Amino acid sequence: MSKLPTDSRVALSTVLWAGVKIGLLGGVIAVLIALEGMLQAFATRDIIGGVVSMSQILLLITFFASAYIAVTRSGSTRPLFTLMVGTLSGLVSSILVVALIGVGSAIRLGDMFINATSQLYDLLTFKLGLVTGSLYLVGLGLVMGVAAAIIYLLPSNVRRPIVLAASGVVAFGLLQDLIRVTLSNWEALTPVTQFLYQSNGLSVVGAVTLFVLIAALSYFRSTQGNRIQSRLNSLPAASRSGLRWTLIGIGVILLLLLPVFLGLYLSDVLDFVGLYVLMGLGLNIVVGFAGLLDLGYVAFYAIGAYTVGILTSPEHATGIIHNWWLALPFAVLAAVCAGVILGIPVLKMRGDYLAIVTLGFGEIIRLLALSDFLKPWEGGAQGIQGIPSPDIGPIHFVQQRLTLPLLGTVQFAPSQEFYYLFLAVCLLVIFITIRVKNSRLGRAWMAIREDEDVARAMGIDLVATKLLAFAMGASFGGLSGAIFASKLQSVYPSSFTFLLSVNVVCVIIIGGMGSIPGVVVGALALVGLPELMREVGDYRYLFYGAALVVMMLTRPEGLWPEATRQRELREEGEATEAEPAAAVAVAGK
Amino acid sequence: MAILTANKVTKRFGGLTAVNFFDVEIKEQSIHSIIGPNGAGKTTFFNCVTGFYRNEEGTIRFQDQLINGRTPDQVTRMGIGRTYQNIRLFSNLTAIENVLVGQHPHLHAGVFDAILRTPRMKREEAEALEEARRLLRFVGLTGKGDLLAKNLPYGNQRRLEIARALAGRPKLLLLDEPTAGMNPAETVDMMAFIRRLRDELGITILLIEHQMRVVMGISETVTVMDFGEKIAEGTPAEIQNDPKVIEAYLGRGSASEMLRTAA
Repeated sequence: MSKLPTDSRVALSTVLWAGVKIGLLGGVIAVLIALEGMLQAFATRDIIGGVVSMSQILLLITFFASAYIAVTRSGSTRPLFTLMVGTLSGLVSSILVVALIGVGSAIRLGDMFINATSQLYDLLTFKLGLVTGSLYLVGLGLVMGVAAAIIYLLPSNVRRPIVLAASGVVAFGLLQDLIRVTLSNWEALTPVTQFLYQSNGLSVVGAVTLFVLIAALSYFRSTQGNRIQSRLNSLPAASRSGLRWTLIGIGVILLLLLPVFLGLYLSDVLDFVGLYVLMGLGLNIVVGFAGLLDLGYVAFYAIGAYTVGILTSPEHATGIIHNWWLALPFAVLAAVCAGVILGIPVLKMRGDYLAIVTLGFGEIIRLLALSDFLKPWEGGAQGIQGIPSPDIGPIHFVQQRLTLPLLGTVQFAPSQEFYYLFLAVCLLVIFITIRVKNSRLGRAWMAIREDEDVARAMGIDLVATKLLAFAMGASFGGLSGAIFASKLQSVYPSSFTFLLSVNVVCVIIIGGMGSIPGVVVGALALVGLPELMREVGDYRYLFYGAALVVMMLTRPEGLWPEATRQRELREEGEATEAEPAAAVAVAGK
Repeated sequence: MAILTANKVTKRFGGLTAVNFFDVEIKEQSIHSIIGPNGAGKTTFFNCVTGFYRNEEGTIRFQDQLINGRTPDQVTRMGIGRTYQNIRLFSNLTAIENVLVGQHPHLHAGVFDAILRTPRMKREEAEALEEARRLLRFVGLTGKGDLLAKNLPYGNQRRLEIARALAGRPKLLLLDEPTAGMNPAETVDMMAFIRRLRDELGITILLIEHQMRVVMGISETVTVMDFGEKIAEGTPAEIQNDPKVIEAYLGRGSASEMLRTAA
């Protein structure tokens, strides 16, 4: 985005025109949000109980964000100009929304846009009637515009706490169900819950307290953070590593006790995060390491799940193995075979063609699963039921009470127990992936990704290496599918859509292609977040798409991109600052 | 003794004959240059040797073994290394990883070795890393191993490409315009370096070059190509005075003096 010149002799009109343009954009987005029905869907939930609802916050954020962008882009250094740009942008945005109300009162928009109901207009005018409401709306737009300008003009160490605190309060309001449910697991925290929340939304006192708290913490961190950091660095190495190990130890304990702390619903969410982490790790090998764009990853997931179903369900003639663990190797093997079968015809394809063919493969598997042709073997549209839990030895995946050392008797549900299975399997797969990445094979994959022809000229056997990538990636997908089948204790073909392949691709793109921690972060973000926002649930994919676009614009390398590998650390001391030509010249004698 | 013999090699792209019944014999441990105007077919010939292209007619023999028709990875394994006219490094890998990839044919660890970190694999990786560091040191890139290849300055990228080619332990090294884009000082260094490759490592060098001083300065034999054909061959001195060569490069006329005074 180019900034306008900050020359004060630049006509004011140019600067203001930018404000108008982006204000228009903001207004259009607000109108779209209204006509999409989001405002009505979110209206019932209050962020701050009785004060502001989710839909009002959405509207305000739209005005604020577009005004902020307008102000940033104007590049103006004079506060007066900045204020004018911000105000103008907010004004224009709100005028557009007023225009919607005006048009709506004259024409029956409801015939074209389902959501243009009187309820919508009530919402937009804050139930104050047409004229008063419109004025109120315009006023809000102005206020948001001014606020954006002011926030922009503030020094960053004041701005950051304010923005962070405001975001924090909105987040706490948005996730109120979740936080309330989680906190209710501990009786000791009930007063906190009652302080923070009303029946619908945050309490005013709670919201203010949160705001102040977060702002203070953020301010403290920005001013004192460096000092604490340098004090930590000045500690002797022994105590530093002791500190690090203690932190790691705490982290491990937290990780192990997470399902207990988070309760039933969140543990279930974590299970799905685990599924996507596994699939993401597998796809990461194919796409991230080897650079082979695979859009049909759901096929391996389905094959893993169905193999387990076919082999273990007592309702099937083929249900000969009744132990999930014994069926697991077959599921992984089946997925590996599928990976090789997919790999062979696509060996010579690249880029777009490869993507389309793999997409087709995914669809083939889905249609086969759905078909009547295979129904006798795998249940067709009815799927397979009766898949056993992964019970092994003394461990049973049922609802039970367990006595833990410090926590006493705890109630465990299957979804919480599955968390541990996922944790163990994810750790194993992460281990394998890291090992393979830092090996001859991993380097061969990355060479293929960078330049296939030259990789071949380096002596890399393209056929074997690519097939290995597909096979290994598929094995993790199959593994994930097998666990999925056991968790649901059934498989239905409707679970295995193309969208799932897309989701897995999104996980690794958002997390950072080729990066292993990135996969975990990506899965948490893309799977965890929508699961948490039930209210947004209907508009989940809209926000998905918006998040992807924002991500690609602001941070295309991903949330946690590959770290630069450090192999020559020891040699850095030997590096001379003199040009390397010197070394060659000396050698040339 | 000839390490590489090309006999009537012909490569056509539809109606265009890029290499036309081209013969050349490269003596072992010599420094041999192929020169010619742009579009003469030099890089195409290189591609035929390394297996990128399949020549329609003619044979190419390396150490008396037929290599035309083989795949690039087979050719590399036989002992031919190569650098590219437009540098083709693995941009997003670090310098040392580039060199490690070059060692691929000489390493043997497989999937399970990698996962289980067998002692054999660990030893192999340690040796490979040491060899990679040694190669970086040899080309003058000590300490730069952890830099991403795409972040290296141009001259260093050329060096890295040579290091990567050397990692494959070639007996014959094809260098495609190694001094392109270099200033006179760097060119002199590169010339000394190429001589060192032959003198210390015993590698036969086949060079495509445009800079006449490099060609005249280090080559023992020069082959001149134009329109895919060999139009002259001999020592640098013989080539300099060959009228056909002068005409090919500069056309008929007084500007031909430039070629004579190039060295």
